Amino acid sequence: MENIKYFFKNNIRQYGMLIALIFITIFFQIMTNGILLVPMNVTNLILQNAYVFILAIGMTITILTGGNIDLSVGSVVAFIGAICGTLIITMKVNVGIALFLAIAIGFIIGVWQGFWIAYIRIPAFIVTLAGMLLFRGLTIFMLKGLTINPFPEVFQKISSGFLPDLAKGAFGKYHSTAILTGIVGTVIYIIYQVKRRASQRRNGFDIMSFPLFLLQIILISAFIMLFSIWLAAYKGLPVIFVIIGVLILAYSFFTNRTVPGRYLYFMGGNEKAARLSGINTNKVLFFAYVNMGVLAAVAGIAYTARLNAASPQSGLNFELDAIAACFIGGASAYGGIGTIIGSIIGALVMGVLNNGMSILGIGSDVQQIVKGLVLLFAVAFDVLSKKKSR
Amino acid sequence: MESNFILEMKNITKQFPGVTALKNVSLAIKQGEIHAVVGENGAGKSTLMNILSGVYPHGTYTGQIIFENKERIFRDVRDSEKIGISIIHQELALSPYLSIGENIFLGNERARRSIINWDKTYSDAKELLELVGLKENPHVAIKDISVGKQQLVEIAKALSKKVRLLILDEPTASLNEDDSEHLLNLLLNLKKKGLTSILISHKLNEISQVADSITIIRDGEAIETLEKDKDVINEDRIIKGMVGRELVDRFPKRVPKIGKVSFEIKDWSVFSPLNPDRQIIKNAQITVRQGEIVGIAGLMGAGRTELAMSVFGRSYGLHISGNLIKDGKELHIKTVRQAIDHKIAYTTEDRKTAGLNLIGDLRQNITIAALGKISSHFVIDNEEEIKVSELYRKKLNIRSLNIYQKAGDLSGGNQQKVVLSRWIFAEPDVLILDEPTRGIDVGAKFEIYTIINQLADEGKSIIFISSELPEILGICDRIYVMSNGKIVGEFPKSEATQEGIMKCIMQSIGGNTNGEY
Repeated sequence: MENIKYFFKNNIRQYGMLIALIFITIFFQIMTNGILLVPMNVTNLILQNAYVFILAIGMTITILTGGNIDLSVGSVVAFIGAICGTLIITMKVNVGIALFLAIAIGFIIGVWQGFWIAYIRIPAFIVTLAGMLLFRGLTIFMLKGLTINPFPEVFQKISSGFLPDLAKGAFGKYHSTAILTGIVGTVIYIIYQVKRRASQRRNGFDIMSFPLFLLQIILISAFIMLFSIWLAAYKGLPVIFVIIGVLILAYSFFTNRTVPGRYLYFMGGNEKAARLSGINTNKVLFFAYVNMGVLAAVAGIAYTARLNAASPQSGLNFELDAIAACFIGGASAYGGIGTIIGSIIGALVMGVLNNGMSILGIGSDVQQIVKGLVLLFAVAFDVLSKKKSR
Repeated sequence: MESNFILEMKNITKQFPGVTALKNVSLAIKQGEIHAVVGENGAGKSTLMNILSGVYPHGTYTGQIIFENKERIFRDVRDSEKIGISIIHQELALSPYLSIGENIFLGNERARRSIINWDKTYSDAKELLELVGLKENPHVAIKDISVGKQQLVEIAKALSKKVRLLILDEPTASLNEDDSEHLLNLLLNLKKKGLTSILISHKLNEISQVADSITIIRDGEAIETLEKDKDVINEDRIIKGMVGRELVDRFPKRVPKIGKVSFEIKDWSVFSPLNPDRQIIKNAQITVRQGEIVGIAGLMGAGRTELAMSVFGRSYGLHISGNLIKDGKELHIKTVRQAIDHKIAYTTEDRKTAGLNLIGDLRQNITIAALGKISSHFVIDNEEEIKVSELYRKKLNIRSLNIYQKAGDLSGGNQQKVVLSRWIFAEPDVLILDEPTRGIDVGAKFEIYTIINQLADEGKSIIFISSELPEILGICDRIYVMSNGKIVGEFPKSEATQEGIMKCIMQSIGGNTNGEY
């Protein structure tokens, strides 16, 4: 019992935000007379916010190292857009090669910024502020201030395409691939949980009581199934959803289960102690920014494909969306605390707020006010609850 | 009736969670004298001065402070400053980028209605600098003058506040001889002008040079006060007062099984990273055998931590030279990782800021230095990690809710056990333990000693750094004495006494080898 209390006390923020997300969703579902959760809008919500999810994953990693943020990602998104536009539209380069080059350039941008931050130890805030100006300038220079479009259809499909219907008609009007993926996902999830529980029991660890375990499995399986049915009811699985799903799983695994992932948390918790425990903290910090550069390139491709244009003004304020998502999702501004899933929930909170208010016809002025207050109160709640527990 | 005491502190008792820092301490300072307060590290000198200057406000201790015949209640440092008590701490409280003049009047600006009068600031500063004998332009920034001069600026600052009682905490600890000499002469001059001062120092030669009376503090109690015109004051007399406690059974028994030499540090020299011209470690030589606990005694700032950290993967210092030899083979260690791979471990003296990830749980803190042991292809085996953490939690008797509790929520003793667990898990042959019992209560200390003994019995070589002499004498098989970056003495357990070690340190500090002052 003590253990459970302690667990909840320490994870209150994440569960708190998940509950808040559910309430916000219910609230807008009612206010919009059910429009928020119609299958088409759910799909749109994912497509609209794809770039935030991708950026928030990278930003979580940099924030974990010690509250370091990356202000340049919005400009990098635009710059990668300009690269794609120039290569694909102007120079007629093959889309596959262009994508590879775009990601390679993201990598180089990461190396550039990571070098100054991790090895010269210039504060990340300053290096990426410089990057924000630098890459915006380069974007405008490359595009000569003009928007270029349209992209070929293959490229657009990255953000607007869906997986093909493999067994058309197998589930009536529902998209079969989405349903099948849902079933497979649920089965894998259940097998994983049952196996894990068995091995925990074998090792004599504390395990969740059986009813609670069953409840958890039923709730999450139901959620996966319901979600896949929802997507199936519209056009099936968006390509970008698959990309984001893979990224979330891969990075959650990386942060939770791998040695370098553990280094991120330890360094953010106490860099001196990390160094004295044999961790090369410069390398960890460098990696975080290289990774951010690559993910910013992925986000840049996704956003450009959705916009179907390379524009000098694209990606404006994206860095702020990503940073806000992380902090709303429970990341500590000092580093060492935060999860990928938490930041995704944070991004969803912002996304649902945006989408819900847009459906209601609320102007972007009010939307910004609401989002600003949500960010402030989410972090204030965190700070206050920690003070109380001291 | 007017007493001739400017200050009387009566029956001061101060408790910290788990420790009584001061027990019924009384201190009386005569008008116009220089009064020295001496004692070992951790004896309670600084605590007493912090009470006197209001750092620990009224109500957090019991007892009375009577200053100039009136009982005083200080809520903070400002209250004590207002009536003329000024303290100059070891770490100077100057702002490096501001000028000498600005620093002197910091918080006490020459200003009318918040508008600073710069002309008056600098002309007054000049006068004060003349008074303390510092020939510097008051416009010069603090960072551009030497530590000795900075010390004088601190005194000028105190004088600017019409100080009645000046407290100096180890003022000459980081000064060279000329600067120390100048400072002590200044104190004598100020005394002639009627200023009373309290001098806290380890340097007994300086004390016998300038002090009119000496109060000795030991284990939080005022043992005695010696007066220049009544008592015979010499080094031996003071040392006896400082260490003269009886050793009770505070250390677990152990029969050492000492094997062959396992680790040697040879001709080890290190320079300061802040000032590359300053040599911090000077040709140190240390040898440890298997199953042996070797102590390094010395005062704060002797260079013990710097020695340990420079050995441990060059975590400290510049221009490091010398040899490390382990089991007969020379090691070339440039990073902490390499040190760990060569089975050397170091536990820091400062577990909160350099040892633990306080927001991380026990489990993460225990496994971090040897994650390779519980992972394959960089993927951590969760279950193995839980097993390992549970094992060490039980083995070292770490009192916590479970292995998921945050390290920051544990008591000092249990935190230290987590740090030890981490390094035991890394399976080192050589463990360098830097002040492993600092800030830990007596019971937990005993447990830590027991763990250290077990490690030695397993054949590991232990280097034990401590500022507490009784502890070093209690658990070490051999003791090196370090002072001012040099190894100045070596005692086998049978020949080591507190007096002997203290004398060894004091002689090296005074630069006076015949032991008389």
